[in-house]
Amino acid sequence: MKAIFGTPLITRGSMQRRLVIQLSLIAFLLSLLLFLIVRGVADRAASDTQDNILAASAISIADALYSEGGQVQLELPYSALSMLGTISEDRVFYRVNVDGTTLTGYDDLVVSARSDVSTQAEFSTFSYRGEPVRAVSVTRSVGSQSQRTLVQVVVAQTRLSLAQISYRITLWAVAIGVAFFLVATGLSLWAAHNALAPLNRVASAVTRRGPNDLRPVRAEAPAELAPLVSALNSFIVRLSASLARSEDFIAEAAHRVRTPLATVRTQAEVIHRSLQHSKNKSALREMIRAIDESSRSAGQLLDHAMVNFRADQFQAVDIDLRELVAETVERLSPTAELKDIAILVSDTGEDFAFSADPILLQNALRNVLDNAIKYSPPDSDILVKLFHDSNFHVISFHDQGRGFEGLNLENHFERFKRGTNVGDIVGSGLGLTIVNEVARAHGGHVKITSNKGEGACVSLFLPLA
Amino acid sequence: MRFLLVEDNAQLARAVCDRFAIDGHAIDHASSLADAIAFVGTTHYDLILLDIMLPDGDGRDFLSRHRRAKNKTPVIVLTARSQVSDRISLLDLGADDYVTKPFDFAELEARCRAVLRRQGGVAQNRIEFAGVVLDSLEATLSAKNGTQNLRNREFRLVEIFFAAPGQIFSKNHLMDRLFSLSEDVSENAIEVYVGRLRKKLDGTGAQIETVRSLGYRLVAKE
Repeated sequence: MKAIFGTPLITRGSMQRRLVIQLSLIAFLLSLLLFLIVRGVADRAASDTQDNILAASAISIADALYSEGGQVQLELPYSALSMLGTISEDRVFYRVNVDGTTLTGYDDLVVSARSDVSTQAEFSTFSYRGEPVRAVSVTRSVGSQSQRTLVQVVVAQTRLSLAQISYRITLWAVAIGVAFFLVATGLSLWAAHNALAPLNRVASAVTRRGPNDLRPVRAEAPAELAPLVSALNSFIVRLSASLARSEDFIAEAAHRVRTPLATVRTQAEVIHRSLQHSKNKSALREMIRAIDESSRSAGQLLDHAMVNFRADQFQAVDIDLRELVAETVERLSPTAELKDIAILVSDTGEDFAFSADPILLQNALRNVLDNAIKYSPPDSDILVKLFHDSNFHVISFHDQGRGFEGLNLENHFERFKRGTNVGDIVGSGLGLTIVNEVARAHGGHVKITSNKGEGACVSLFLPLA
Repeated sequence: MRFLLVEDNAQLARAVCDRFAIDGHAIDHASSLADAIAFVGTTHYDLILLDIMLPDGDGRDFLSRHRRAKNKTPVIVLTARSQVSDRISLLDLGADDYVTKPFDFAELEARCRAVLRRQGGVAQNRIEFAGVVLDSLEATLSAKNGTQNLRNREFRLVEIFFAAPGQIFSKNHLMDRLFSLSEDVSENAIEVYVGRLRKKLDGTGAQIETVRSLGYRLVAKE
């Protein structure tokens, strides 16, 4: 049991955390993409706006060109430049270029002109006088049919306002991106939690049950978890079958060992009665003792196995220790009476309610009392006392026997360890081991005191509440 | 007293029957549940010794049926199973006691006696000899000069003598019946008990006489 449930579980991170991290990563990438798109589109829109205004300005200048006597003339429309100035403090440059000579404007504003006439405005970006500018170039032919002159109108504007707009747009894009990221992450947390809820339900359905609850798991599970749940259930079925088998095995083993021993012992007793010769009688007596010894060992081995088995799947019931002691004493009195041993029970009249596995505890009490009877001389008393000591119920068994000798008292709890003064008394050395294990299964302990010539005292300490 | 032994293992059953016969008890043997039910239906038994694992069923079924039928005959279960697991259910089902195989006959006898005493169902619980009455239910000796309580071994010793007054019992025989075989006792231990008994019979019409080199017998005082 312990081996099955005690194997270290290898955990490789939480599924929920993994899911959240993955979803957040996706959200982050999407936010970044969103940011880039928003900024790109807005930038584009802003620069398109500037281009349109530049083009409108250049075209309105071009529209104002006229020819007078072969000379290209221009009356610069004020509105052509003012429409550019409205936006911000951007500086505006222009040049009207007639066959390579500047009609008006900045001479050094040179933009390569197309050689043909086109209604299309041409845009370019470059550095002018140490500042980046956006320029538009419109080429027109001015003049009569016979005398045509190609005139290039260039209007340029610094990009200061564009940079400002772009900065504002970037801020907005960042805000939108962050907001999107936060919302998406929140949603992914929620989704991960929701997606894993059935798993948690199954897990808590399994952990909530007691160690002895071997019913199949019936928690609602989505289709994906069905194989896991059914595997778990089939494991539970196999486990309970194997537990039932080991219980049956212990019972069966006991039966197999004890029945033939009972036959041999009974036949030996019958023969013992019919024998007259004392030498034969004592030989048979030896034989019966050996049988007793092996049956006792077998019994205690099986008891020990059963005690371990039950302690592993501990099931507590509310009992009254006083009743349990009385029952055990009554059960063993005939054996004690055979040796004229009186078992005297006394208690302090307090409350001895305790939560225990009654079968385990009774087995422990029986072992202690059985020991006491075994090691007591005929015509003696065994005192059984129930009392409270600080935080413990104490059940003490005091006999007038030979006591424990030759062993460190602690060693009595080890399997097959017996004292040096056991002499010819039949025993396996498992009795106190069983008692100790039962006490420990109930959160208590056993104390042995032994004074030479005063008998032994075995006390069972069981924790109060 | 009449016993019914329900046990499927033939060798064990024979040995137990032999052993009971030595002490003069009548015992019938049923080797299956069906036999046991038939036996109980025809004769009255003082006590039933019941095995648990039987070829045609579980002894516990017999037990619960027995109790449902309001049959008061006490049942002592002979169990070979682990005492840890069986104990509670056996007593819950109405067994009066149980003995784990292999059992010591002295102990089995003591348990039978205890169960019968609790039931108060022994037909003849008073034996009289020479004005002294042995009450086997109360374990007392009564005479004109008063009543004396007997300890277990004293009682069993008195019972042996009272069952056959005048018969000589050897020390060996008395030892066999008084002490468990797993106990280590010297031969003069019996003298201690005979001595105690004599003290308790003092002043009554009965006495225990030593028959030299043969043993003891119960006789009336002249």
